[in-house]
Amino acid sequence: MIFPTTPSQTVGPYFAIGLPWPEGPHAVAARTPGAIRIGGYVYDGAGAPVPDNLIETWQADPEGRFADVYGYGGRSGLDGFRGFARSGHEDGDGSFEILTVKPGQVCTPDGLVQAPHIDVSVFARGMLNRCVTRIYFADEVEANEADPVLARVPANRRHTLLAQPSPDGYSFDIRLQGPGETVFFAV
Amino acid sequence: MTEPATEQRAIYTPLSDTPGCYLREPDDAHPPLDYPPYKSTALRHPKQPLVYLPQTMTEITGPRFGDVRAFGEHDSNLLVQHEGEPIGERITVSGRVFDTEGKPLRDTLVEIWQANAAGRYLHRWDRWPAPLDPNFSGAGRCLTDAEGRFRFMTIKPGPYPWGNHYNAWRPAHIHFSLLGRAFAQRLVTQMYFPGDPFFPYDPIFNSVTDERARERMVSRFSIHATEPNWAAAYEFDIYLRGPGATPFEAPA
Repeated sequence: MIFPTTPSQTVGPYFAIGLPWPEGPHAVAARTPGAIRIGGYVYDGAGAPVPDNLIETWQADPEGRFADVYGYGGRSGLDGFRGFARSGHEDGDGSFEILTVKPGQVCTPDGLVQAPHIDVSVFARGMLNRCVTRIYFADEVEANEADPVLARVPANRRHTLLAQPSPDGYSFDIRLQGPGETVFFAV
Repeated sequence: MTEPATEQRAIYTPLSDTPGCYLREPDDAHPPLDYPPYKSTALRHPKQPLVYLPQTMTEITGPRFGDVRAFGEHDSNLLVQHEGEPIGERITVSGRVFDTEGKPLRDTLVEIWQANAAGRYLHRWDRWPAPLDPNFSGAGRCLTDAEGRFRFMTIKPGPYPWGNHYNAWRPAHIHFSLLGRAFAQRLVTQMYFPGDPFFPYDPIFNSVTDERARERMVSRFSIHATEPNWAAAYEFDIYLRGPGATPFEAPA
């Protein structure tokens, strides 16, 4: 028997009561060697920052393994690796930031190699469902060219998925609508 | 792989889904991102078509609860998080988390947040002139047990006005966040109370256009689950996406 899913509703403007917590933005332990910061802004269709954005990320470790609830795909061996980060503020300015490590390659079920990537859920007041995107890394040129998911994205929009190197990691902006609109996926 | 993907291809051609993939949902399973009666959607919905994402290991895995948040003793009892008792109608909110095949989801994180009995949130941006309650924060979390059950003790939140249109009011609701066991299962929703007179006027509730689908967001009053001489009881079951047998499930 197939039951219908419970419908989504907006996270609303007041999620900071319940969802963020101090270590939430840390996908890795703070002491992890090679830890990087990935941050940026979320913008609406008028180019204004979205102060009540909630960003969640999920990713593999540098070996391409996950901190999965059931160890699916082989348990990550990286000490303190959580793989999951949540960034959101009570009094936000439209920015988000996570602390993580660059993920390794993850294969598709049919054996194609995916470039390093991080799955992202975007929530906010005014969004009745999450939007899903992916962070890729601009300095992984060869891997990105061979990536089977990026290959599905219209070439002139792929740049919206590329995080750019910054002094302590990468910067990645999310544009919900309008010029330079970020590519969003149907999962 | 050499020719550029067209939008047609991007949306309709699967690579191949992982054996442990999740059912693709019909387009109307969730409310539309562009829903003019809810004015804040206007500038916050993408206008470009979504690109089909094959479910790879990244989409079919998800975090361990213990990695996500530590639990405190009173996290599921919103009545005892302060020195005194909050004002309002004491209730229990309990239910089960299932997937769409009816299989209970154990050990999954359920997080809630809500307004107080007067309809006021403990949030810097909530400025409507209803009283804050020094004994109520309005946040809770718990893990489902082996049968997918969760249970919170709280007070019934009040309805409150908002600025969407003239004399707009939100029906009383409790926000729910569910991680499920995979990125693909993530759900944020709101639980409503049966018979709320504000239902016909709320664009967020009515953004789910199918009446039966809206009913899935409305809790049930249960006399059997009440705690005699203590608390009324509402029950709310939640269904997250279940496994998909093939990449192309026909829409239900």
